Amino acid sequence: MSLRCEPWARTDKREDKENLFSPEIRAEIDKWVAKYPAEWKQSAVMAALRIVQDDNGGYLTQELMDKVADYLDMPPIAVYEVATFYSMYELEKVGKHKICVCTNVSCMICGSENIVEHLEKRLGIKLGETTEDGKFTLKEVECLGACGGAPMFQIGKQYYENLTPELVDSILDSLEQDNGE
Amino acid sequence: MANEVCLRTLHLDRPWLLSSYESEGGYEALRKILTEKISQETIIETVKTSGLRGRGGAGFPTGLKWSFINRSAPGEKYIVCNSDEGEPGTFKDRDILRYNPHALIEGMIIAGYAIGGTAGYNYIRGEFWEPYERFEAALQEARDAGLLGENILGSGFSFDIHAHLGGGAYVCGEETALLESIEGKKGQPRFKPPFPAMFGLYGRPTIINNTESLASIPDIIRRGGEWFRDLGVENSGGSKLFSISGNINNPGVFEIPMGTPFSELLEMAGGMKDGYKLKAVIPGGSSAPVIPGEQMMELTMDYDSIASAGSMLGSGAVIVIDDRQCMVKLLDRISYFYYEESCGQCTPCREGTGWMHRVIHRIENGQGRPEDMDLLDDVTQRIMGRTICALGDAAAMPVAAFIKHYREEFQYHIDHKKCMVGGR
Ligand SMILES: Cc1cc2nc3c(=O)[nH]c(=O)nc-3n(C[C@H](O)[C@H](O)[C@H](O)COP(=O)(O)O)c2cc1C
Ligand code: SF4
Ligand code: FES
Repeated sequence: MSLRCEPWARTDKREDKENLFSPEIRAEIDKWVAKYPAEWKQSAVMAALRIVQDDNGGYLTQELMDKVADYLDMPPIAVYEVATFYSMYELEKVGKHKICVCTNVSCMICGSENIVEHLEKRLGIKLGETTEDGKFTLKEVECLGACGGAPMFQIGKQYYENLTPELVDSILDSLEQDNGE
Repeated sequence: MANEVCLRTLHLDRPWLLSSYESEGGYEALRKILTEKISQETIIETVKTSGLRGRGGAGFPTGLKWSFINRSAPGEKYIVCNSDEGEPGTFKDRDILRYNPHALIEGMIIAGYAIGGTAGYNYIRGEFWEPYERFEAALQEARDAGLLGENILGSGFSFDIHAHLGGGAYVCGEETALLESIEGKKGQPRFKPPFPAMFGLYGRPTIINNTESLASIPDIIRRGGEWFRDLGVENSGGSKLFSISGNINNPGVFEIPMGTPFSELLEMAGGMKDGYKLKAVIPGGSSAPVIPGEQMMELTMDYDSIASAGSMLGSGAVIVIDDRQCMVKLLDRISYFYYEESCGQCTPCREGTGWMHRVIHRIENGQGRPEDMDLLDDVTQRIMGRTICALGDAAAMPVAAFIKHYREEFQYHIDHKKCMVGGR
């Protein structure tokens, strides 16, 4: 069989990897690298991008992607391909809280339009936009696998289900309050 | 008779713990296999007898799939679990991960043993953070108990499992896209053949199964293939998790025997909400052809019955639609989804999903043209069967079915520039 399956090659490997990220970030990425065969460090690229994105206030920059490429011995272009393919990576600045609202079928027939409308009104922005104070970004997403709790949205790592305008208000109120730290 | 297999710990306090799982017979199957040195053939035969068919959507017999691996080939062989759960309407694997992760872990270890596997990966969709943490915690519990890792229970058999998190791409649920994604690439499906059993993860022989398929394995081994098969009906062995959502009172995940009448499932789910009438049901995730309500009330929840109505059981995601809903609007949203999620490799899918969405969207917005219905028929036929992966078909099938059953609603939109339902 002439089929091949090989990791990306990078000839100019960077030696001073300890200068790329803080020890904590490196430890986190290394935990993922250890899950895969030694020659397949690049399998950790999705995790590495997520980790540096979280550390950077929720979005990626070219500099960060290049560092991930250096860290995992990948060509930068291979990292950009991944970062642009998957919807959870943000390539532009986002608000402190990214509200990912599902508008797919089950949520739609259970009233996600009202939820979107309520959010847009309260925050004064449209889907895809960020509030001027940089606190909130509104993002439309596809089915998040929680249709039993439709309508729903995700903020950070948390799912919020069976939303009503009142519930949305109380969620946003509490997020606005803990803004102090 | 509900929650007998994958959700059998659900009635317990903190059902996800190892102690909960073991109190319900958990890891008995693995212990038995390792102490009695049950042969790989016997395990595969038992899975074949059980009639278990892939719960990820395609319904391929699991035992048969396992038998395709050359078990004696040297080197790595992998078990990959598909917890990407992206088909709109589906939310059952999330519950397995949250409430009974050990059933999946035991199932993956047994699958690994049966194919001579060396390691397993569970691909969990990136948004599932809570389920992912539950799964990681369960892996740790299993390792600490000697059930996972090097030399399991002193048997000489070693097998470890790792979780991989996705990044938000529906197409990664397609098995070869999923492999590409674990390999650190964008998730574009591979051309088949070769099939993963020959050339899978890292180019090694690989078995890919859905979360529910794998989580069903321990009980099949523990209680026997016949026991599982007889829970269900001819051609549809076992019980199955149905995710039921939409315009009903009590949406959720119900594990019930295959062959249960839809009407009973609807009743379990609390019936129609606010007294509205049942209009239509999408029985197996948003790519499954829609079935009119009256017809659905006569069907049972198994592969053959749903197929007899021209649809498919798919992932068991049942979306219940009441008579306030406009079918044009629904299809507009569904077609947008497939257009958004097409990976763009094949022209019929990349262009076709765009065409379908644009045409349906203009019909929905009162700009439909008289020739649009024929155009849609034509586009769906140009996609089906002409693409690398099944996403193309998944996009075309709902369009064909919505038009078949609700043509007059589409026609009304085109003729009157407005909706038949609710005067919009
Ligand atoms: C576009 C597309 C998306 C899919 N999404 C999923 C998914 O989210 N989960 C899943 O288990 N299978 C999904 N599948 C099916 C898988 O390709 C594969 O058939 C399945 O994981 C095999 O496991 P099973 O035999 O146990 O069902 C998808 C298929 C396609 C074409
Ligand atoms: S059918 Fe669509 S999603 Fe599948 S490989 Fe082709 S373009 Fe990609
Ligand atoms: S449709 Fe919104 S979570 Fe599934």
